[in-house]
Amino acid sequence: MTRRRVREALLGYALILPALAIFGLFVFYPFARNFKLALYQAPPFPNLPSRYVGLHQVGQVLTSSNFVQSLVTTLLFVVLVVPAGLLIGLFLAVAAQRQLRGLAIYRIIFSSTVVTSVAVSALVFYSLMNPVVGLLPWLGINPHPSALQNSTWALPSVALMAVWQFVGLSFIIMSAGLQSVPEEVLEAARVDGASNWTVFWRITVPLLSPTLFFGVVVATIYAFQTFGQIDILIGYQNAAYEHVNVLIYNVYTTLVYGGNPGRAAVMSIVLFLITLVLTLLQLRFLERRVQYGR
Amino acid sequence: MGQVVFDGVTKCFGDVVAVDHLDLTVADGELLVLLGPSGCGKTTALRTVAGLEEIDEGSLTIDDRVVNDVEAKDRDVAMVFQSYALYPHLTVAKNIEFPLRQRGADRAERTRQVHDVAETLGLTPYLGRKPGQLSGGQRQRVALARAIVRSPAAFLMDEPLSNLDAALRVQTRADIVSLQERLGTTTLYVTHDQVEAMTMGDRIAVMDGGLLQQVAPPQALYAEPANTFVARFLGSPGMNLIPGVAAEDAVTVAGGTVPLRDALLPLAPVGRSLIAGVRPEGLRLDAAGSLEASVVIVEQLGAEAHIIATLDDGTRVVVRQEASRPSPGLAETVRIAADPAAVHLFVGDGSGRGERLG
Amino acid sequence: MAADRSKATRRRRWRLVGRYLLLTAGAVVILFPLYMTIVNSLLFPHDLDRQPPLFFPIHPDWSTYPTAWTAGNLGIYLRNSAIQTVIIVAGQLVTSVLAAYAFAFLRFPFRRTLFVVFLATLMIPFEVTLITNIDTISSFGWYNTFQGLTVPFLATGFGTFLLRQAFLQIPRDLQEAASLDGYGHWRFMTRVAVPLARPALAALAVFSFLAAWNQYLWPLVVTGDNNAIRTVQIGLKQLQGNQVQDFDVTLAGTIIAVVPLFLLLVVFQKQLVRSLTAGAVK
Repeated sequence: MTRRRVREALLGYALILPALAIFGLFVFYPFARNFKLALYQAPPFPNLPSRYVGLHQVGQVLTSSNFVQSLVTTLLFVVLVVPAGLLIGLFLAVAAQRQLRGLAIYRIIFSSTVVTSVAVSALVFYSLMNPVVGLLPWLGINPHPSALQNSTWALPSVALMAVWQFVGLSFIIMSAGLQSVPEEVLEAARVDGASNWTVFWRITVPLLSPTLFFGVVVATIYAFQTFGQIDILIGYQNAAYEHVNVLIYNVYTTLVYGGNPGRAAVMSIVLFLITLVLTLLQLRFLERRVQYGR
Repeated sequence: MGQVVFDGVTKCFGDVVAVDHLDLTVADGELLVLLGPSGCGKTTALRTVAGLEEIDEGSLTIDDRVVNDVEAKDRDVAMVFQSYALYPHLTVAKNIEFPLRQRGADRAERTRQVHDVAETLGLTPYLGRKPGQLSGGQRQRVALARAIVRSPAAFLMDEPLSNLDAALRVQTRADIVSLQERLGTTTLYVTHDQVEAMTMGDRIAVMDGGLLQQVAPPQALYAEPANTFVARFLGSPGMNLIPGVAAEDAVTVAGGTVPLRDALLPLAPVGRSLIAGVRPEGLRLDAAGSLEASVVIVEQLGAEAHIIATLDDGTRVVVRQEASRPSPGLAETVRIAADPAAVHLFVGDGSGRGERLG
Repeated sequence: MAADRSKATRRRRWRLVGRYLLLTAGAVVILFPLYMTIVNSLLFPHDLDRQPPLFFPIHPDWSTYPTAWTAGNLGIYLRNSAIQTVIIVAGQLVTSVLAAYAFAFLRFPFRRTLFVVFLATLMIPFEVTLITNIDTISSFGWYNTFQGLTVPFLATGFGTFLLRQAFLQIPRDLQEAASLDGYGHWRFMTRVAVPLARPALAALAVFSFLAAWNQYLWPLVVTGDNNAIRTVQIGLKQLQGNQVQDFDVTLAGTIIAVVPLFLLLVVFQKQLVRSLTAGAVK
């Protein structure tokens, strides 16, 4: 290698070093350490060393009712949030598609929830869901115990709020996807005799499928990361806590309140695997579409 | 039967009148070309027939049925878009089949029709491919196939050849004409290319600024343009338009006179302000010619040459002559003779345009 | 004929009205929760429990906002959030620009592999690194400090990806012309590449700002009961806990916390959309 090449290479390494250092210390090292932690059981009293138990702990956690229920709750939550969030976003995006006067304001309103933080959206809904302060009594909905303490209604309530918050992002993604559907193809379908319904399902939706898939992945990852709302609205002390104990919340409580990093590590690895599978699926799907020369 | 009638059709976009009270009848089985520059309203007019634009005034009739309020899907017309607008996610076969699915024929029947049409257009080897895997010419044929397969009352074509390269365009032009003749379907064809219009149309309707200028068979349009716009637009290069004043038996213009034939003399009383129109082939270089001009450039086109010269007042004049004859040099002063039989008269409306006289 | 025309235009008008109604209905549904929050934030505490609930504050209690600001320490929390966010955004921009530049314009062994490593960070969700990061931060003694809040987030794989894309758009000729003109890498980066990639930088900045400002879990675990460091998101939770009686004050705080972001949305809508859809459309 020539001197210049050597210098170029050194410069290259130097430039990526800051980011790589951060990643190394705060992403890869913790990730790897999880696997190690998963194999150690926490001591019954603090200040005692943790004990190596190997895969035994992994098995124990995965079969524990606490974990299984957490997983089920998480999946239930995903089912409640993802389709609703995507469909509402799609519906709004289609409605706001054509050129109309004053459309810009509607578009801003529809995407507005994307800037709300979890704390903000939690508190916003808290005032709606509150049994004393809120809207529900007025509507005649008076569950006992109140919505956020109710074992049946707690999860749907949080889901409703997550959907509301997600709609902004969903709208933005769907709008962008709709741009890529050529107007003339839709017109051709209309002239060919297709009704609005047929055009939507046979032309728009298929052409939108990469975007829809991306939306599903983003929505699911978002659903998996829903933490703050649960913490603010319900929290650890709440009676309905078990029914909203999604995986991420479980990791947090196990670590902070349970002082059990081993268990928490196992659960977070499961979380990682699910996210990984989803992202890989999406990449694979995109690749296939590109191959067909769309 | 399958005729299309525009009756006072008007379409506005905000303050802009895209189509202005269009009255036009496309006869059953004819191929009528809508010709004009960009923005003249021809594509908008076509889209109103398709039902993709709603008209503001007037009425539109297809096949003796008033279709103003009829939706695009119920109008029984087929459209070939400039960009072909094929369904990218469907195979060629499914693309062609798509219009048939909406009509509820059974599967076997549909497949048969698709294969027949594919055969006609030479698309059989491509039926399993998707549009992204086809060349431009092949895609264009798929667009045609999709239009033909349902035997509609009318074909609507929006500049279907403009995305093809020159050689393919000439070939496809002939194919479309023979196809249309064979099928006998009424066709409305939009283009800005006057060569396409002249070679393909049974009649040509020239539009400008939303207004219909003239509708006639190609030769009639060429030989007797109704106004200066049509005279300029058709022919390559267009007709020479020379403003002047009527004199005894000619029109006095800058640099000389343009002789008139007897039939036109009554329309040219002395002193009247007129525009004399002569096509380049109606002029020749002649030492005894009545016009004097200064050569700007000589374009050699192989079999012929175009001599572009200017008169004293800057009016451009193009003379056509065979390549075998000697061409003048740049900035040379030449004398030009006009054949009276080839001279047209227009009277100006003050805006530089003129209506035909006689 | 006149009848035809009016029928067609009348139908078109009805369809337009229908469209606007639909859009407005959607907008109302989306805005309703926020609207009620604003209304409730302006009510006196005793009005809050009213049945049926008030949809408009007839006697507004303007004191809730100043109270939220002072008693709720929102002023301080906003400042803290601002500091934290600015540090993170600046850090992410700098590290991403440097790394993206290297990946786009320089050649070095294992460049491909290293880029994949950068992208791999996108697959590792934050929750998975949480446990160890808490330990790391406390072992550095960075609990309750701005370092603890910001350092783990100073780099982003997404940002590097976005900026690399932007840098790759710069035509090769420009590079060659610049090197002929004597521009070394540093000057090329600062004078040519970065200015040309400004839209992508803006998009990344907006996205990073949003993500950093709205962080909840991490500030929760690395900051304790310390007003000097607490961010506005945790501050809201605090407000809710303390002001159990006066929920309207909490709501006022919520509105204060979200208003700056709305302004951000309105002004930087385009950049935000661009960054959020970087993976959706090809």
